[in-house]
Amino acid sequence: MDWGTLQTILGGVNKHSTSIGKIWLTIMFIFRVMILVVAAEEVWGDEQNDFVCNTLQPGCKNVCYDHFFPISHIRLWALQLIFVSTPALLVAMHVAYRRHENKKQLRKGGQTCEYKDIEEIKLQRFPIQGPLWWTYTSSIFFRMIFESLFMYAFYFMYDGFQMPRLVKCNVWPCPNTVDCFVSRPTEKTVFTIFMIAVSAICILLNVAEFCYLLMKVFLKKSRRAASPRHHPNHETKEESKQNEMNELMSGSCQNTVLGLQNS
Amino acid sequence: MDWGTLQKVLGGVNKHSTSIGKIWLTVLFIFRVMILVVAAEKVWGDEQNDFVCNTLQPGCKNVCYDHFFPISHIRLWALQLIFVSTPALLVAMHIAHRRHEKKRQLTSGHKVDIEELNKQKVHIQGPLWWTYTCSIFFRMVFEAVFMYVFYVMYDGYQMPRLLKCSAWPCPNTVDCFVSRPTEKTMFTIFMLSVSGICMLLNMAELCYLVIKLCMKAPRKLATLK
Repeated sequence: MDWGTLQTILGGVNKHSTSIGKIWLTIMFIFRVMILVVAAEEVWGDEQNDFVCNTLQPGCKNVCYDHFFPISHIRLWALQLIFVSTPALLVAMHVAYRRHENKKQLRKGGQTCEYKDIEEIKLQRFPIQGPLWWTYTSSIFFRMIFESLFMYAFYFMYDGFQMPRLVKCNVWPCPNTVDCFVSRPTEKTVFTIFMIAVSAICILLNVAEFCYLLMKVFLKKSRRAASPRHHPNHETKEESKQNEMNELMSGSCQNTVLGLQNS
Repeated sequence: MDWGTLQKVLGGVNKHSTSIGKIWLTVLFIFRVMILVVAAEKVWGDEQNDFVCNTLQPGCKNVCYDHFFPISHIRLWALQLIFVSTPALLVAMHIAHRRHEKKRQLTSGHKVDIEELNKQKVHIQGPLWWTYTCSIFFRMVFEAVFMYVFYVMYDGYQMPRLLKCSAWPCPNTVDCFVSRPTEKTMFTIFMLSVSGICMLLNMAELCYLVIKLCMKAPRKLATLK
């Protein structure tokens, strides 16, 4: 069970996402998971080994490292990526539930075309309407919440996004104040800023997707409100012309009848 | 044989589970196995290397580490996840047995679409209900036992920063410092919470199955009348 499996699971959700959702998923896996696995893990790989304190006091380095890095950036990012990916599973579960209901209905109905129809049900793409719209919108909302929470946790825990070169430690058993030097601080700062930037881009994409879904619903509702004045079904131009002609003809017939009656 | 293989094996059971069972399986693999593999194993990776004791006495560090960490958290979690996953195999075995019996009965008679038989979803009724309920019961027992073992072995769920060790050959009492105690405490609490959530899901599933049975029994009596 690793990032590849998570990608397989989320790939299934991709089919039912909006275009913005698909872009978000691509950015997630290429610019975040892949960067984490391929680059960031190696930058932070020697973080405790090469954390050096100017003291011979045994235990001081351990304690200072623990004091300044309660949870490593890599682990926080891994947790962030897992938590941010999981709301999409709500959508996957909803789609699976709907398919299951469709299959049940089919089985209760006819038995002749069963096999082909079940294959169609499996390949069917559900449009984002009704209850699925609510599930999808909730998943986007939770994604945004998790992203923001983790960005805030990062900011709060490390007093900003910059990795200092030197930290002054006076936790027991360190004698008085001890200078401790962080391993690869500039590279770590660069990667931290990169991951924060991509995280912000993902939040913007989520906001855009959220607005898009809201607008879609409002536009539909306003179209439905406007359409009862005209014919309820969408007509082609030819049909509407034919209808106009029919009305004119029936109108002229009525006039001639009335005309005949009047005369 | 690794976590991926276990996931494939349990994925087959998933088809015959209730909805709560499917959620439980997802939580198990994403929030427990994945976190273990992707994050926790690295936090505990250097646990003995960076376990430092304030002494020059050879062997003291080894002895103290062994005294305070009889079995590493990572190994206990791996065992817990394996034990908790395996009752689901009882269900898989029962279903395989049923299919085998059906094939035997039907192939002796007329032609049957074996592919359809393989894909058919078996309902949780009769003997399968008992097997399924037993598997959930055992899952809960294993979860509880491991949570208790953790608590007893490590005197709670917090990883201390400093341990005072007086095991031979350490001279008198020696201060030993644990590597990454805060990060380890956070992950221990996280894994414990998810374990608690899994237990609640199991309880909910058990109640759902019992209620389902209780509701079916009066309906059957009504139809007989």
